[in-house]
Amino acid sequence: MSLIGERGVRRILAVTAFSAISALLLIALFILNEGLPFIFRYGLHDFLLKSDWDPQAGKFGIYPMVAASLWVTFGAMVVGAPLGVAGAIFLSEFVPKSVMRVIKPTIELLAAIPSVVYGFIGVMVLAPLIRTQLGGPGLSLLAASIILGIMILPTVISISIDSIQAVPQSYREGSLALGATTWQTIHMVTVRAAKSGIIASIILGMGRAIGETMAVIMVAGNAVKIPHSALDSVRSLTANIALEMSYATGLHRQALFATGVILFVVIIILNSFAIVVLRKRVYKK
Amino acid sequence: MTGTHQDASIISNKIEINSLDLFYGQFQALKLVDMSVQENMITALIGPSGCGKSTLLRCLNRMNDLIPGVRVKGKVLLDDSDIYDTSIEVAELRKRVGMVFQRPNPFPLSIYDNVVYGLRVAGMRNATRLKEIAEQSLRAAWLWDPLKAKLNHPALELPLDQQQRLCVARLLAVQPEVILMDEPCSALDPIATMKIEELMLELKKKYTIVIVTHNMQQAARVSDFTGYMLLGEMIEFGQTNDVFTKPTKKLTEDYITGKYG
Repeated sequence: MSLIGERGVRRILAVTAFSAISALLLIALFILNEGLPFIFRYGLHDFLLKSDWDPQAGKFGIYPMVAASLWVTFGAMVVGAPLGVAGAIFLSEFVPKSVMRVIKPTIELLAAIPSVVYGFIGVMVLAPLIRTQLGGPGLSLLAASIILGIMILPTVISISIDSIQAVPQSYREGSLALGATTWQTIHMVTVRAAKSGIIASIILGMGRAIGETMAVIMVAGNAVKIPHSALDSVRSLTANIALEMSYATGLHRQALFATGVILFVVIIILNSFAIVVLRKRVYKK
Repeated sequence: MTGTHQDASIISNKIEINSLDLFYGQFQALKLVDMSVQENMITALIGPSGCGKSTLLRCLNRMNDLIPGVRVKGKVLLDDSDIYDTSIEVAELRKRVGMVFQRPNPFPLSIYDNVVYGLRVAGMRNATRLKEIAEQSLRAAWLWDPLKAKLNHPALELPLDQQQRLCVARLLAVQPEVILMDEPCSALDPIATMKIEELMLELKKKYTIVIVTHNMQQAARVSDFTGYMLLGEMIEFGQTNDVFTKPTKKLTEDYITGKYG
């Protein structure tokens, strides 16, 4: 009886494990199947680099959205990466372990806040502030960058902290024993030794920023045009899919799936890159 | 401990430790330690694990400051000025009193960057000067010939004994006055150990060396003075020959003859 029970449990676990993998595969197959034929028919070049998005007229150039996504992601990096890395350095090098044990999980909780809540704060607080202080519509590239910059903080901080803490204490001691100050030790030895993890944290943050949809729809303004300033209203690739999916048919629908393919590929490349960088540790533990 | 260094006044004392107490929180790791370190001599600290010898060594360049909850009482005089005085710049002190650790700890940088690290930290930017000093330091640690062709290789690819001598070279580059060695051979095989010991004898012509060692033979072979510690106390301190051949304390004799430790 117990032997049968053992085997049964094993099978059930195996099925659930494989169902997760097969779900991933099915999703990948589905969007590739829906999106790839369109890309071949329309041409990757025209699709990505033409800037006329007019589904009624059969024009599907997503360049404005590509530019918006790149700019928003770049902006999120400018806001989030320095803050996150600096925060991680401060928390792992200057704060007592006991305080750290409280602060790190708290920061990781930031990732548990639904993105619609971030978007809501962006709409209610940030956008009006930008409109009154800097001009423009408020719902803008800048607002999206700031909100996304905050949203990627848990990813950047948490992974950076892990990699900074993995740097052997003997490196720090060696540096201090040569007469280096704490700050010299941090930027000349500790951060360099933790470099791969810090870079990976930023790449994973980028992946998160590119893929984020809800918060961006709420704060970016969603105008289909190539941004000329940070105060312009923009529409990201993700926002475009979410906004038009409900009424899209035929070629239009396929174009949206093709947009999904592009996002899918970009994020897979970013994440694989992060995994490779994370594996490459220069020192032995 | 009185009467352990009667002839201290004849030769100049580089370091003088007076009634040093050290606490890790509630635990007292050093109890009223007195010791003097003479210039251009090798002073060895021996004793069983946990006796406080590494702690004492780390007091001499204030590496213990890094551990939260450490308190120090008493005096450590380096050339007659107290290194625990509030006016002392700790980074400056550590340039004068350098340290080689138990496990070789070169930075994950190139060999060259390791050697000039201390100089760069001190603000030296002159490339020719850096190269000169790097060569001198590597030569002094007997690494120039084996490594001169691969200065840009990662230091972590070197065998352990070369890594340890690289750590010595990187220290020599900042021209310290005192070199502290915390069981520098414990990760090395006998041949590599011998090389480090020969290097120490060479280095003492220019530097003052304090070494913590687990290995009594090593203390007997290389040191001029030996201190035997037990449970945070300096049980006996004197010329190495005397400590090993005619110890004045029963405890020292028991340890040296291998009754415990």
